[in-house]
Amino acid sequence: MFEITEKIELAHTVYQYKIKAPLIARKRKAGQFVVLRLNEMGERVPLTIVDSDNADGTITIIMQEVGKSTAMLGNMVPGDNILDVVGPLGKPTHIENFGTVVCVGGGIGTAPVYPIAKAMKEAGNKVVSIIGARNKSLLILEKEMRAVSDDLRVTTDDGSYGHHGFVTQVLQNLIDEGMKIGCVVGIGPVPMMRAVSNTTKPYSIPTVVSLNPIMVDGTGMCGACRVTVSGKTQFVCVDGPEFDGHGVDFGELILRNRSYLKEEKAAMEELTYHEGGKCYERK
Amino acid sequence: MEMDPKEIKERMKIPKQVMPEQDPGERVRNFYEVPLGFTPEQAMAEAKRCIQCKKPLCVGGCPVNIDIPWFIRLVGEGKFVEAARKVKETNGLPAVCGRVCPQEDQCEKVCVVGKKNEPVSIGRLERFVADYEREHGEVALPEIPRSTGKKVAVVGAGPAGLTVAGDLVKKGHKVTVFEALHVAGGVLMYGIPEFRLPKKIVQSEVEYLRRMGVEIVMNAVVGKLDTIDELLSNGYGAVFVGSGAGLPNFMNIPGENLAGVYSANEYLTRVNLMKAYMFPEYDTPIIRGRKIAVFGGGNTAMDAARTALRLCPEEVSIVYRRSMEELPARKEEIHHGEQEGLKFQLLTNPKRFIGDEEGRLKAVECVKMELGAPDESGRRRPVEMKGSEFTIECDVAIVAIGNGANPLIPQTTPDIKVNKWGNITVDPDTGRTSKQGVFSGGDIVRGGATVILAMGDGRKAADSIHEYLTTGNW
Repeated sequence: MFEITEKIELAHTVYQYKIKAPLIARKRKAGQFVVLRLNEMGERVPLTIVDSDNADGTITIIMQEVGKSTAMLGNMVPGDNILDVVGPLGKPTHIENFGTVVCVGGGIGTAPVYPIAKAMKEAGNKVVSIIGARNKSLLILEKEMRAVSDDLRVTTDDGSYGHHGFVTQVLQNLIDEGMKIGCVVGIGPVPMMRAVSNTTKPYSIPTVVSLNPIMVDGTGMCGACRVTVSGKTQFVCVDGPEFDGHGVDFGELILRNRSYLKEEKAAMEELTYHEGGKCYERK
Repeated sequence: MEMDPKEIKERMKIPKQVMPEQDPGERVRNFYEVPLGFTPEQAMAEAKRCIQCKKPLCVGGCPVNIDIPWFIRLVGEGKFVEAARKVKETNGLPAVCGRVCPQEDQCEKVCVVGKKNEPVSIGRLERFVADYEREHGEVALPEIPRSTGKKVAVVGAGPAGLTVAGDLVKKGHKVTVFEALHVAGGVLMYGIPEFRLPKKIVQSEVEYLRRMGVEIVMNAVVGKLDTIDELLSNGYGAVFVGSGAGLPNFMNIPGENLAGVYSANEYLTRVNLMKAYMFPEYDTPIIRGRKIAVFGGGNTAMDAARTALRLCPEEVSIVYRRSMEELPARKEEIHHGEQEGLKFQLLTNPKRFIGDEEGRLKAVECVKMELGAPDESGRRRPVEMKGSEFTIECDVAIVAIGNGANPLIPQTTPDIKVNKWGNITVDPDTGRTSKQGVFSGGDIVRGGATVILAMGDGRKAADSIHEYLTTGNW
């Protein structure tokens, strides 16, 4: 059992949790993830480790309520226990001094970008970060990203805060201004990662994306997380999660991620929803 | 003990006992076990078919050399618990092996009775005694010797790892098993279906090991948490790597990543381990499908196909490029599948998967094959018949053509030697790897074999680990 020690609401339906997992906290590196299972009937849910604290033995995760499991997790509070947490899984981010690194986070994707930006900064890079969200209330980790970036740009799709538009427009502007970029890290919804990769491709700027396919075991056994990168099948849980964005078949990933839309909707409807205050329960 | 020829003659007349099974029409709608087991009377009658050979060939046919005539004699005398204990002297998981071992290729293949009649049903008797002991609450713990003070780490709680753990704890060593998944049992939990091996039986075998003092840590991925080097420097005198089958092989044909195309590993894991057949009570979904095609002809393909049949589709077919004779699955499994309505599309090879506009599988294009000259495996090589392409409608495809090696241990312990497929190289007699203090066995070495071979590897490795810990000689 893994105890939740802290919960912060970052935005509507977006929560940051600290979970007691000292062994994982001691080992994890930027870019790695854990797989959680909430209870005996739960599914295995992969989530990026955002941060860790060796002193109190916790790891930090950030999640958004999008389906049944995340809705149930979103309903948990400090003192509650998660049945299974396994990790740190996946290969750590390749960190080196590239000169200037642009870290691009879209929506909840800013959560996995944060530890990478931090590690890139610590490796001596000039870190320019671009974080975006649909609107101001959904923007997360602005303060934290500012702390690890030499320059932080913010965008919102509706113009309610920062630059009115998409993160890729700001990225294009940086390129047009002649900034010498050693590496771009782009993490967010799949269409956003595709857009980031398409933006940098004409300039051959090395671009790393972190993929979020459906997984089951997460340890190199089942093959659910396969993606096509540069024409070859790769397994995100052991070969990734980070890949060269210029080689990823994003269209295929989007379709594969939709495999269970019907089932996910049915599962959500099975949850009992109590009026007045949120309380998700199993029927 | 020699049996007089008259008695042998009498015994040869006893008919082979028929094990009752769930009716095919009934069982295809549930996940309960198919064969129901012998009654005590049947077990005793079957045991009397054994002629107690002076030089029993069956023992040599068993990868862990169970004293088969002895335990069968005890069954014949109605001493079921004693018989179970006899088996357990050499086999830590008899309820499992009695169900999933390919006895027809091992002990029963060489059974002397089988030369003239049907061989003695050794596997079914093994199952009977293990079940009897468990169900009658008489599972006694063996005597555990005084602690040697030595610690052993086992990577993976599958058949190989659990065997190593059981053997070494009985020799007084302290054993910790690190398991990546959230339950112990490995392929016995995620791979073999409930209707062939009920999961509560696996868990009671695991519980037995725990009661003997084996510590099992779940959610622990060695290499990602502590590496093997760290285990060795943190007080573990030896490490056994039994990390099991790795990533599934695919056929590398177009459309293989469409939604609805599964590896057998994923399909079986969703259903067995995650209980997707009880979705939405359980959270893990599975695409149920109307028409399901399973590619491959081994036992895993049969397991996947028979699992698929239980998810209420219209049709499930095995698509295999050779003919029925070459089908490598156990005859018993093929027979069970046929009884349950499984179709066989033989001499057929897939060319490409076809999807709809949403990227979901809707059909597979295949080509007819014919058998040519034998290849290096001795089986006749299937050759494509030009122009024989045709399309099979299917919305779920399961690819069951074997596994590669799991890369996690080699990735994090580069000084363990692997072959060109990534499987760990060991000395076959001792299970020693190229790294001092590290032993290995099971599918991470063999690249996809059986439960009992993994257990046989575990047995050998446990002996050499014990020797290494005692003498320090490498």
